[in-house]
Amino acid sequence: MSAIILFMAVIAVIAGWWLSQQRLTAKPWLEEGSIDDFPGTGAITLPAAKIGLGVFLAVAGSLFALFISAYSMRMNMVDWRTMPVPSLLWFNTGVLVLSSVALQWAQMAAHRNNMDGVIVGLCAGGASAVTFLIGQLLAWQQLRAAGYFVASNPANSFFYMMTAAHGLHLMGGLVALGRATARVWRGAEMAQVRLSVELCTIYWHFLLLVWLVLLGLLTGWTDDFVDICRRLLT
Amino acid sequence: MAVALILLLVAVGSVLFHIYSPWWWTPIATNWSYIDHTISITFWITGAVFFAVIAFMAYCVFRFHHKEGRRAAYNPENKKLEWWLTIGTAVGVGAMLAPGLFVWHQFVTVPADATEIEVMGQQWQWSFRLPGKDGRMGTTNVRNISPENPMGLNRDDPNGQDDVVIESGDLHLPIGKPVKVLLRSLDVLHNFYVPEFRAKMDMVPGMVTYFWMTPIRTGTFDVLCAELCGVAHAQMRAKVIVQEEGEYHAWLETQKTFAELSGRNAVTKATYKSGGK
Amino acid sequence: MVDVPYDARADAPPAEVPEVELYHPRSWWTQYVFSQDAKVIAIQYSLTASAIGLVALVLSWLMRLQLGFPGTFSFIDASQYLQFITMHGMIMVIYLLTALFLGGFGNYLIPLMVGARDMVFPYVNMLSYWIYLLAVLVLASTFFVPGGPTGAGWTLYPPQAVLSGTPGQDWGIVLMLVSLILFIIGFTMGGLNYVVTVLQARTRGMTLMRMPLTVWGIFTATVMALLAFPALFVASVMMLFDRLLGTSFFMPALVEMGQQMKYGGGSPILFQHLFWFFGHPEVYIVALPAFGIVSDLISTHARKNIFGYRMMVWAIVGIGALSFVVWAHHMYVSGMHPKFGFFFATTTLIIAIPTAIKVYNWVLTLWRGDIHLTVPMLFALGFIITFVNGGLTGLFLGNVVVDVPLSDTMFVVAHFHMVMGVAPIMVVLGAIYHWYPKVTGRMLDDWMGKFHFWVTFLGAYLIFFPMHYIGLLGVPRRYHDIGEAAFIPSSTHTLNAFITVMALIVGFAQMVFLFNLVWSLFKGRPSGGNPWRATTLEWQTPETPPGHGNWGKELPVVYRWAYDYSVPGAAQDFIPQNQPRATPAVQGAAP
Ligand code: HEM
Ligand SMILES: [Cu+2]
Ligand SMILES: [Cu+2]
Repeated sequence: MSAIILFMAVIAVIAGWWLSQQRLTAKPWLEEGSIDDFPGTGAITLPAAKIGLGVFLAVAGSLFALFISAYSMRMNMVDWRTMPVPSLLWFNTGVLVLSSVALQWAQMAAHRNNMDGVIVGLCAGGASAVTFLIGQLLAWQQLRAAGYFVASNPANSFFYMMTAAHGLHLMGGLVALGRATARVWRGAEMAQVRLSVELCTIYWHFLLLVWLVLLGLLTGWTDDFVDICRRLLT
Repeated sequence: MAVALILLLVAVGSVLFHIYSPWWWTPIATNWSYIDHTISITFWITGAVFFAVIAFMAYCVFRFHHKEGRRAAYNPENKKLEWWLTIGTAVGVGAMLAPGLFVWHQFVTVPADATEIEVMGQQWQWSFRLPGKDGRMGTTNVRNISPENPMGLNRDDPNGQDDVVIESGDLHLPIGKPVKVLLRSLDVLHNFYVPEFRAKMDMVPGMVTYFWMTPIRTGTFDVLCAELCGVAHAQMRAKVIVQEEGEYHAWLETQKTFAELSGRNAVTKATYKSGGK
Repeated sequence: MVDVPYDARADAPPAEVPEVELYHPRSWWTQYVFSQDAKVIAIQYSLTASAIGLVALVLSWLMRLQLGFPGTFSFIDASQYLQFITMHGMIMVIYLLTALFLGGFGNYLIPLMVGARDMVFPYVNMLSYWIYLLAVLVLASTFFVPGGPTGAGWTLYPPQAVLSGTPGQDWGIVLMLVSLILFIIGFTMGGLNYVVTVLQARTRGMTLMRMPLTVWGIFTATVMALLAFPALFVASVMMLFDRLLGTSFFMPALVEMGQQMKYGGGSPILFQHLFWFFGHPEVYIVALPAFGIVSDLISTHARKNIFGYRMMVWAIVGIGALSFVVWAHHMYVSGMHPKFGFFFATTTLIIAIPTAIKVYNWVLTLWRGDIHLTVPMLFALGFIITFVNGGLTGLFLGNVVVDVPLSDTMFVVAHFHMVMGVAPIMVVLGAIYHWYPKVTGRMLDDWMGKFHFWVTFLGAYLIFFPMHYIGLLGVPRRYHDIGEAAFIPSSTHTLNAFITVMALIVGFAQMVFLFNLVWSLFKGRPSGGNPWRATTLEWQTPETPPGHGNWGKELPVVYRWAYDYSVPGAAQDFIPQNQPRATPAVQGAAP
C-alpha cells in the first residue's frame, strides 16, 4: 500500500498548504464585518471547471495509485512471471507524447488568439490519441497471439486491466476534446475556447504521466529505480 | 425534568446492567488472562467516561432547559479547559494502549519451546494434525489433496510420515504445554475460534497463519468458525479436549500416522514424547 | 415562532460573486424529473435512499425474527439469512447513509448554506442522481435473479464471495459489484460538485471559518469519499476479473468441495487491504456529516454558540486525515503481519482524541445554554448518548489485543450499529425534523415527533446495548442460529427474543414517522421562513421553500460567523449571518 500512502501524503500536503492560507486559526466570533477586511479568504476565483478538473485528477490519481499498490503487493507472490513488453508499446508511447505536444501547441495558439492553430492542434491531438488507442488494441492482439492471456498469469492480468483503465480514461478525454473541437468549429468565442483547450491539455498531460508511470512499472524499470533509491539510502 | 431524568436513567441503567449481566466472558482456559485484564482496564476507563459525559449532559438539560426569560451565556471557547480535556483524554487513551501493546507483544512472540500443531479448515469441517515422534511436521501442498490424503501432505517428505492426521475427530491437547497453532485453509477464509482460549486467527487459503497459547485448564471446549465461510458457517463445529499429560499420551497411542493411513507401513507408531524433550 | 422582522438585505452592497449560469427548466419533466436544481436532486436522492433503506429495515426484522426465534420461521434458511445480512449491511452503509448524507443533505444544504445559487455543475449533478438510481435498481434486481443476492457479507471477502459455498455466487455477486461500480461513478460526479461548490461558489464574506459545521462536515466527508471510493472501485473491478475472466488477483490455489480449482497464487488479504482502505474512511464519511449537522442542531436549539468552534473545525479536518491510516484495525486477526498491529492500534487510539474533543464540545455547548427540548434537540441528545457509547466500545476493538477475543462476535455488531447505525440515524432524523420546514414550508407534527424519538432512541438502545454482552460471551456474528454450545446459557435465547421484539417496535415507530412526513405535508402548521430563529443562510432565503436560484435578485453577503446566538447586548438571541450590524435598528420604529 505504499504507492497509495505516498499519493495521499502528497494530497495532504497540498490540502494542508491551501488550508494554511485560510486563516484557520482566526477567531471568527471576533471578526464581524465584510469580506474586504479579510483578504485572500474568499472563494477561489479560478473557473469552476478548472477546480473541478483538479479535483477529478486527484480522484483518478488515487485510482491509479491503488492499482499500482495492488500490483506491487501481488507481484511479491511466487507465481508472478514478468511479461515481455511488446515493442509496439514504445511506438504507442511516442504517439501519446505527440498527442500531448499537439494539445500544448493548441493551447499556446489559443493564447496567441490564433484560431487556426487551435483547430490544427486539437485535431492532431485527437488523431494521435485515437492512434494510441488503436495501437494499444493491437498490442493486446499481439500478446494474445503470443499466448499471453488475461488469466494465464497475474502479470498479464494487471497489464490488461491497467491499460484498459488508462484507455478508458483517454476515451473520456476524447469526448471532452470532441466537444471542444465542435465548439471551435462552430466559431465560439476565444475566451471560452481557451478554457476548454487548457482543460483538455492538462488532462492529456496527466494521462501521459500516468502512462509513463505504468510503463515504467510494466517494464520493471520502477523496480530497478526503487532498488537504487533503497541502496542509496542504506 | 422528565427528559433529564430519563437520560440519567440510561446511564445508571447501563452501569447496572453491566454489573448484574449474567452474560459475561467464559471462564478462561489458557494463559491469556492478560487479555482479560486489559479488557477490564478498558471497561473501567470507558465506563467512567461514559457515565461522566451522560450525567453531565443530563445535568445540563435539567439545569438549563428553556424557561421564560432565560438567555444563554456567550462563551465561544475556553482554551485552558479544552487543553486540560485533551490532555486528560490522551492520558486515558495511553492507559489503555500501553498495556494493550505490551500484551500484544507477548501474543505475537511465540516461545521457543512451543509444540507446533496444525488446524485445517475447509467447508465446513475441521481437521487437525499433530507432529509425530520426530516433533516436526511434514510439508504440504493443496495440489496433493485427494480423498486418501485430505490434508495434502507431501508423500516424499520424511518428516511427514509419522504425523498424526485427525480428519473429523476432536483435537486433544496436553495441559500446561505451550502450543503454536498453525492455521491453514483449503478453500475459503475460516477462523479457528475457541471462546475459552481468547485467542483466534483467520485461516487463509494459500497461507499459514498462527497463534500460540498454553492451556491451563482441562475440559472440553467448543470450536467455532468465526469468519463467514458460506452457508454452513454456523454449523462448522468441533471440540478441543485439554487433558492431563498421561491421558493425552494414552489417546495419542490410539491414533494412526500419515504413513499408516496412506498404506505405507514404513513408519509404525511409536511411543511419543511430549514436546520439548 | 416569529419570522425575522427586518430586511437584512437592505444595507448589503450588491454581490460581486459571479453568478452561476443557471439553467431554466422549460417543462414539468425538466423541473421535477430531469431537474438540474440541487434542491430537487436532493429530494430525489433522499426519497430513493429512504425507499431502499426501508428494504434494509424490513430485512433487519427478518434477520431478527430468525435470531430471536430460531427455527420458527421456515421461510428463512441459512443461505437466506446470509443474503439478508449482506444486503442489509451494504444498503444501510452505502446506498442509504452515504447517499442520504452527501447526495441528500449535501445537495440541499451546501448551496443554501454557503450562499450559492446552485451547485456549480448542475448537469453533472443530475447525471449523478440518475446513475445512483441505476445502481440502486441493479442492487434491488439481485433479489429476483436466479440464485438471489450474494450472501458473502457486506465485506464481500474473497475467495468465498465468488465460490459456490456462498449463496448468490453466479448472479448476485456480479450484480453487486456492478452496482457498486455504478454507485462510485455516480457519487464521483456528485462529489465533484459538492467540493467545488464549497471551494468556488461561496458568497461574498463566507470565509471558511464562517461556514457552519454542517458544511465543514459534508465537505470533508466528500473529499474523503472521493479519495477512498477508488479503493472499493479497484477491489470490485479486480474481483469481477477473478469471477468472470478467471484471473487470480485474490484467488489462491484452492480445493472447493473436493474439486481442485484453476485459480492459484492470489492473495485474499490484498482484497482486505483494498476494501478497508475504503471501508474505514467510509465510517467517517457517514460520521463527519453527522458531526457537522448535530453541532448545528445543538447550537441552534440551545441558543448558544457552538463551544470551541475552531477546535471543532480542526478536529473534523484531523479526523478526516487520520482516518486514512487506520484501515488495518479491521484486520488484526486476518493473518497479516503481526507487527502492523502495533502501528494500527496506536493510530486508531489517537483518533479517539479529536473525536472525544468533539463530544466534550457538544456537551459544553449545553452548559449554561437555553435548551429548547424540541424534537431535533432530543435527537441530538440521543445522538450524543449512542455515539459516546459506540465510540467507547471502539476503543476496545481498536486496541489490538483486546480485539482478538471480541472480533467477529456480536460485540462488533453491537458496536458498529451503535456508532455508525443508530447514531447517524439519530442525526438524520433530527435533521429531517429541523429542515423539513425549509423544504416544505410546514412543521412536522410535534407530538408524533416526540413519540417517534422516544421509541426509536430507547428501543434502539435496548436492542444494541445488551447485544454487546452476547458478544462478550463469545457468540460469533453472521450466525443464523447459535445452536448448541456449552458456553451459551439458555438465558441468551431469552435476551435474543427480547432484542427482536424491541427491533419490531422500533420499526413500527418508523411507520409513524413516515405517516408524519406525509400528513404534515398537507396538514402541518405553516412554519414561516425561519421557525427555529437560526442564523445560517438557508433560513434567510426570500422564499420558503427556496425558489429556483435560491436568493432572488441578489446573493446574500455574509458579515459574521454562523453562531451568533445570545450575543450580549443584541436585541434578539440570534443574529443572522447576513446581517451587518450586531444590534439591528429597533424594530417598528421605522418611518
Ligand atoms: C433497528 C435497526 C437495525 C437492526 C434491528 C439491525 C439488525 C442487524 C442484524 C440482526 C444484523 C446481522 C448480525 C449478524 O448476524 O451478524 C445486522 C448486520 C449489519 N447491520 Fe444492521 N440493523 C439495524 C440498523 C442498521 C443500520 C442503521 C446500519 C447502518 C450502518 C446497519 C448496518 C449493518 C451492517 C454493516 C451489518 C453487517 C452485515 C454483515 O455482517 O455483513 N444496521 N444488522
Ligand atoms: Cu468456516
Ligand atoms: Cu475502521
